[in-house]
Amino acid sequence: MTVTPKRLRAPEDLTVLRQSLVDRTDDRKPRIAVCGDTGCAVCGSLGLASSFKEIIERRGLKDRVGLKVTGCLGFCEQGPVVLVFPGEIFYRKVGPGDVEEIIDRTVLGGELVERLLYRDPITGQKLPRCSDLPFYKNQTRVLLEGNWRIDPNDIYDYIARGGYSAVAKALYEMTPEDVISEVKEARLRGRGGAGFPTGLKWEICRKTKGDTKYVVCNADEGDPGAFMDRSLLEGNPHSVLEGMIIAGIGIGARHGVIYVRAEYPTAVVKIRNAIEQASELGLLGENILGSDFSFDVTISKGAGAFVCGEETALLLSAEGKVGEPRQKPPFPAEKGYKGKPTVINNVETFANVPLIIKNGAAEYRRVGTEKSGGTKIFCLVGKVNNTGLVEVPLGITLREIIFGIGGGIKNGKRFKAVQTGGPSGGCLPEQMLDLKVDFEELSRAGSIMGSGGMIVMDEDTCVVDIARYFLQFLKSESCGKCFSCREGINRMLEIVEGIAAGEGSPEDLDLLEELACAVKDASMCGLGQTSANPVLSTLRYFRDEYLAHVELKKCPAAVCRALIRFQIDENLCTGCGICRKECPAEAIEGERRKPHTIDPNRCMKCGVCMEVCKFGAITKS
Amino acid sequence: MVNMLLNGLQVSVDEGMTVLEAAKFFGINIPTLCYNEGLTPYGACRLCLVEIGEPGRSKLVTSCTYPVGEGLIVRTHSERVVKTRKLLIELYLATCPSSKVIQDLASEHHVTRVRFRPRDEKCILCGLCVRMCAEQMQGKAIGFARRGVDRKVTTPFDRKSEECRLCGGCMYICPACQARCQGPREEKPICNACLNLSQPCLDYFDDAMCFMDPCVACELNSGRTPKSERRNNP
Ligand SMILES: Cc1cc2nc3c(=O)[nH]c(=O)nc-3n(C[C@H](O)[C@H](O)[C@H](O)COP(=O)(O)O)c2cc1C
Ligand code: FES
Repeated sequence: MTVTPKRLRAPEDLTVLRQSLVDRTDDRKPRIAVCGDTGCAVCGSLGLASSFKEIIERRGLKDRVGLKVTGCLGFCEQGPVVLVFPGEIFYRKVGPGDVEEIIDRTVLGGELVERLLYRDPITGQKLPRCSDLPFYKNQTRVLLEGNWRIDPNDIYDYIARGGYSAVAKALYEMTPEDVISEVKEARLRGRGGAGFPTGLKWEICRKTKGDTKYVVCNADEGDPGAFMDRSLLEGNPHSVLEGMIIAGIGIGARHGVIYVRAEYPTAVVKIRNAIEQASELGLLGENILGSDFSFDVTISKGAGAFVCGEETALLLSAEGKVGEPRQKPPFPAEKGYKGKPTVINNVETFANVPLIIKNGAAEYRRVGTEKSGGTKIFCLVGKVNNTGLVEVPLGITLREIIFGIGGGIKNGKRFKAVQTGGPSGGCLPEQMLDLKVDFEELSRAGSIMGSGGMIVMDEDTCVVDIARYFLQFLKSESCGKCFSCREGINRMLEIVEGIAAGEGSPEDLDLLEELACAVKDASMCGLGQTSANPVLSTLRYFRDEYLAHVELKKCPAAVCRALIRFQIDENLCTGCGICRKECPAEAIEGERRKPHTIDPNRCMKCGVCMEVCKFGAITKS
Repeated sequence: MVNMLLNGLQVSVDEGMTVLEAAKFFGINIPTLCYNEGLTPYGACRLCLVEIGEPGRSKLVTSCTYPVGEGLIVRTHSERVVKTRKLLIELYLATCPSSKVIQDLASEHHVTRVRFRPRDEKCILCGLCVRMCAEQMQGKAIGFARRGVDRKVTTPFDRKSEECRLCGGCMYICPACQARCQGPREEKPICNACLNLSQPCLDYFDDAMCFMDPCVACELNSGRTPKSERRNNP
């Protein structure tokens, strides 16, 4: 159904519009949702969507069967993912050949297509509905709920499900002070990393004198492997816009800026489209919903620096200056974008705001902990069975996330550590699995909440190697202004590389620890202050493994190349010669049908021999 | 005026001052490298760190950029500050040993060992030259380029600058390339010659310890005649 845009001039207009759209929310009506987000798109979901469209049109089913290309549905691992309503039937790894069958048998016939169903790896059972899948069952999907049901390109979908009613409520039923105290009451904490209470931030900004104020949305999301913010922007952009408008009402700002990284072109298109649609309806621009409040939103594109996610660097970058953090105070709430009082919040923080205003703080706080209300989205990646986007209540344990939702470790291996908080987070070991995930608990354990990266590692991971990896990332992403950060990270990396190369000494560990503490203490912005976390947390929980590297010159996980040796078990070797042929260093010798040997001096430890050996005769230690 | 607690002393200072200026006013010496009275504070060298806040909830900030405030608690020489500062000086020594300013800082703060692999960088990126050029010489001929370890001071696009009037202000203010220290030998990145001066020197030279300009011991080591002597027998 197409609706011609008509400017909404009063809150009643919005209500009338919503009522006219009510059949869109009817989950009993046959509807197909194809995930159009990057993970599934790479596996061909967009082609899939067009064949659904074509077949639906060809068969004249257009009025009976709805079709939506949605944002990320979360279970990226199983892509391309297709949901069929009614019933929320979950089809995985759907190919172009399955389209007709899904329409015939499921949409029209009400049967299941067995072979496309998800099979529980533990029980072996086929699970048809989303709500049966452990991956979804154990989540609390409040923010991501929209991604299932809303076409991000269509504002009417959002409005049909109560969208923008929070703006109407904030404008007509509340004072700006009420808005702020509601957000404070909800105990909403910033989802961008530091967890600063959002309501308090708004209040400071409201109280700062100034005619012009700004609302800035931080969509820089530079953590490797994290895509929570992108999924919200691409899957439900209006929820973020609505949050920004409410922030504008709260602090008395009339301009908003979304700073989004240039590597997110799809997100940029979706937000631009959302801004246009909202403006057409009078939900952005002059006199929103007929009130005397006006608010507009512009987009500013970043240029791919991790450090530009830091708020002060981001504001400078958005102004077109060099993206380098500056000393706080003054805080952005006092002196921010263009020197004016500015509220800067993360994408996910804004997406929470409409929920708080619409349902009230008390309802919102039913999920979460005493100090932090609501849910948090994590990107669960690494060596877990179910990877993807998961939304959980704050205060849930790491174990519930990794084993309950993630389905445990891949290939039946042992859990070793989980890294939370992106590159400058910490690695937490098995004994910390029952830790409750919230801002305080994580930082007490030596990690951070960060923006929500969660990387699971199994027994084949070497912590020295992990520390090296993250330091390398941080080394190239530090802006380089603070000597402590620039040179400190560089030197930490130098020491860790020495340890990985077998050149470390036990004194190096003490020096590393001393240096890490100094870098943490002496640096100005969050990047430097947290850059020591990967080092300090691994030293704290896995000191034995470091000691094995420096004292025994051994890498227990057999990862650090300088410290491992490849060997051929002569009882298993059949002398087939394939390893000899494949070895690029010509380090393997032996006669046909006789056990071969590896010359350790020539071996460059690439591991090709181990991969090609059909008899499992080659081991590394 | 605002009241604050400076190393346990209740003091009152002008609003708008930085903590560094306040400490200087009360005769407390805080080492600096990227600070210069005539230039905008920059906060990059991190040597001027001080500890602020209640013990237990305190943090380190750079005094050259931190404004004084009512009720602020500042400790300029707490154990945490001194330990961090010494480590930073050690890092500077390992990175840029040929700067006399850095060698003198090491002696002044009793940094007597270097545990990092020595390197010989020419620039410590303190940014004094960039600010000198822009703020005092109205030149804006140089600035920073790149980030992280690749950061460097350069002219736009590394080309010869039209703006540069060859005034030399940048070289004048540079703590790394002005007055190279003659002390350290190649295999030893640390001089500490000043620390090893024996007592007789104190009568012999009228400047007591030689973190002052120029470093007497360094000049002695290199076999040249110290300034004070030159003055007596030209
Ligand atoms: C190095 C660094 C990178 C950051 N990157 C991001 C980011 O990508 N996205 C984000 O929202 N916040 C990021 N932050 C946090 C912001 O500085 C800031 O705390 C946040 O935008 C505030 O919003 P919130 O209160 O809603 O969390 C980063 C901080 C640091 C120090
Ligand atoms: S003098 Fe303050 S940071 Fe350099």
